[in-house]
Amino acid sequence: MLETTWFVLWGVLWALYFMLDGFDIGVGMLSSFVARDEKELRAVYRSIGPFWDGNEVWLITAGGVTFAAFPAAYAVLFSAFYSPLMLILFGLIMRGVSLELRGKVESDLSRRFWDVCLVFGSFIPALLFGVAFANIFKGIPIDNEGLFHGGMVTILHPYGLAGGFLFVALFLMHGALWLSIKVHGNVGLRAEGVAQKMWYVVLFFAIGFLALSFKETSLFGNYVKSPALFVILLVTLCALFGAKIYMYKGIWWKAWWGSAVTIMGTTLFGVVGLYPSLLPSSLDRSYSLTIYNASSSPLTLKIMLAVALIFVPVVLLYQIWAYRVFRGKISEESLDYENRY
Amino acid sequence: MDVLLLSRLQFAVATYFHFLFVPLTLGLSLLLAVMETMYVRTGNHEYKAMAKFWGKLFLINFVIGIVTGITLEFQFGTNWSRYSRYVGDVFGPLLAIEATVAFFLESTFVAVWAFGWEKLSRRMHAVSIWLVAIAANTSAVWILIANSWMQSPVGFVMKNGKPVLDNLVTVITQKYAALTIMHTLGSAYILTGFFVMGISAYHILRRRDLSFFLKSFRLALVFALIFSIFEIVEGHLHGVNLASKQPAKLASMESHWSTESHAPIYLFLIPDPDNERNKVEIGPVPGALSIMAYHRPNTVVKGLKDIPKSERPPVIATFIAFRLMVTLGGFFFLLTIIGWFRRHTLESSPLFLKTIIYAMPLPYIACALGWTVTEVGRQPWIVYGLMKTADAASPISTIQVSVSLVAFTIIYTFLGITAFYLIAKYARRGPESSLNTEKGGAGNA
Repeated sequence: MLETTWFVLWGVLWALYFMLDGFDIGVGMLSSFVARDEKELRAVYRSIGPFWDGNEVWLITAGGVTFAAFPAAYAVLFSAFYSPLMLILFGLIMRGVSLELRGKVESDLSRRFWDVCLVFGSFIPALLFGVAFANIFKGIPIDNEGLFHGGMVTILHPYGLAGGFLFVALFLMHGALWLSIKVHGNVGLRAEGVAQKMWYVVLFFAIGFLALSFKETSLFGNYVKSPALFVILLVTLCALFGAKIYMYKGIWWKAWWGSAVTIMGTTLFGVVGLYPSLLPSSLDRSYSLTIYNASSSPLTLKIMLAVALIFVPVVLLYQIWAYRVFRGKISEESLDYENRY
Repeated sequence: MDVLLLSRLQFAVATYFHFLFVPLTLGLSLLLAVMETMYVRTGNHEYKAMAKFWGKLFLINFVIGIVTGITLEFQFGTNWSRYSRYVGDVFGPLLAIEATVAFFLESTFVAVWAFGWEKLSRRMHAVSIWLVAIAANTSAVWILIANSWMQSPVGFVMKNGKPVLDNLVTVITQKYAALTIMHTLGSAYILTGFFVMGISAYHILRRRDLSFFLKSFRLALVFALIFSIFEIVEGHLHGVNLASKQPAKLASMESHWSTESHAPIYLFLIPDPDNERNKVEIGPVPGALSIMAYHRPNTVVKGLKDIPKSERPPVIATFIAFRLMVTLGGFFFLLTIIGWFRRHTLESSPLFLKTIIYAMPLPYIACALGWTVTEVGRQPWIVYGLMKTADAASPISTIQVSVSLVAFTIIYTFLGITAFYLIAKYARRGPESSLNTEKGGAGNA
């Protein structure tokens, strides 16, 4: 029961991370494409400036919780995905620095440099997180010792790539919707157009991903066993179509929520299908890491649960408060100052 | 080179680099909170300008600390998966708690603070930076508890050949952790004091914004003085604790070979680990090591010869790092004492001000040396007495780690240069820009 609770929390934490960092990663990928001049770029940077760091902590927490609750899974996952994780890390480092320091450099060349870093530093994590999670869903070649028999190329199979492209598309739509909410003028208008186009791309990859999941993975096993679980897919699809309807109506913040639920639903769809595995082995299912053979002791799980139950709601409360402090569109005059200090 | 050595190098690069930025975050967030509280209380705009000027340097420093911190959490899994699997039950929750109770608070409120000058009341804005300071220091506490557990594992039982958490309170409240936390925070505050004093001295020498920088200097001086004294007393207690916890480290710090009572400390010595002796020993202070370690000259201090070779740390590195760190600590105490007596005549003490400017890098070096003593001195153990570093690395390929090590080195070098350049640029520019903004009545984005 304790293990199952932590499995659910683990899935929810990753889903929350993708939902939250997803939009600022999306904005990062779009930045130089929706903004045509310095002022527009500054608005784009500003739209995620106060939020990206708080969002990224959900990644650190999701990673930390994987370590604390399922150490064996953490050890095998992180070492098996060594190269993609390093690339994700370098991407996150460069985009983080870009977001904070671009406003503090003065030459055009430096600015262009950080703009490029933002785009690539956002694209690489989006793609590789998708690839990594598709691989978790499908399983990777690990033996009974948890040794990974493969390399970077092993995980770049069609299903892995489908996961990667789906994540990129989802984050692009999510980011475009955020820009539609936050930014006035041309950038906002262009972002609205991007969001609407990306919706079809998301739909295409979502259908492709589902079809490939059916063919390549055993994710649907749990759903067939307990058909009530199909509600997750249903909610996700409703959210995706809801997003389209609200885009059509021009109610961008509701469309953003539709996209947010779609991202969480997509993650949870896979996580629920995975249960009780954390990392299936594609060599032999009996080598798989599950919540039973990879989890920490009951005492550690209980302590962590107490910490999570007390602090996560508090975190959510002050993060929501922080989002409210910076609500509304970015005003023109707030961008006129070179320095915030 | 093998995976183990490469992974150790990579972890060294990642931690040393990360810790160039952490101490200033810990200390400067507190000083900023003090400055802004003064602003709220007195309404004096100079304090607001101080919070803004030092705040800008703080934020440049902060972001590098943040992005390089993620690397560390990842590396436990990517490079030290055998370690992670072995200690996950005790070590994992400490990391997870750190993220949950501290990182969220720190990251959320640093953004609220940076972007919220015009959005929040003065009071709420000051509360934000207090929360950042509290969260940053809390995160240091948790990660140091985790590190202390590696140095001095307690509160666990062995099950199926692995340490399993038995009592979290014991892990959190152990003396070793308390001493490490105080020592690390103390060093961070000294570093911050010297950082602020150094930049202030630069401007005081040039007679620019005198009142602004004299105020900053004096605030930082008090901070640095208090913690320079604190650090000496605390460092001594730390050494006493080490004598019982990690005798091999203590013996390496002093290059002490023979188990004996009335063990001396030599003012100068050259270790000769190959022949298990010191090549040169000059100026013995009789009984000093026994007194330092156990407060009594007749207590026996274990020598390295009585520790199996396979369990001895690299003596020369530990010894030199310790000596230099202690020397620097003494130097900081001396400088801050001189500063205290010159606090009213700073403008007419150019030599002292210049010394302070050149002293700025020294606390950074002292911190790195301190970590060298802690981490090199703990070898060959990754978890003291339980797991050797050699058994902890991931089953990955040499090529993977070589490539990532090169990439880290390039990226971190670039980040280091960028951060140094930007901090130097804005530090030199002084507070004029923000003071002018203030006069123009303009708001801030």
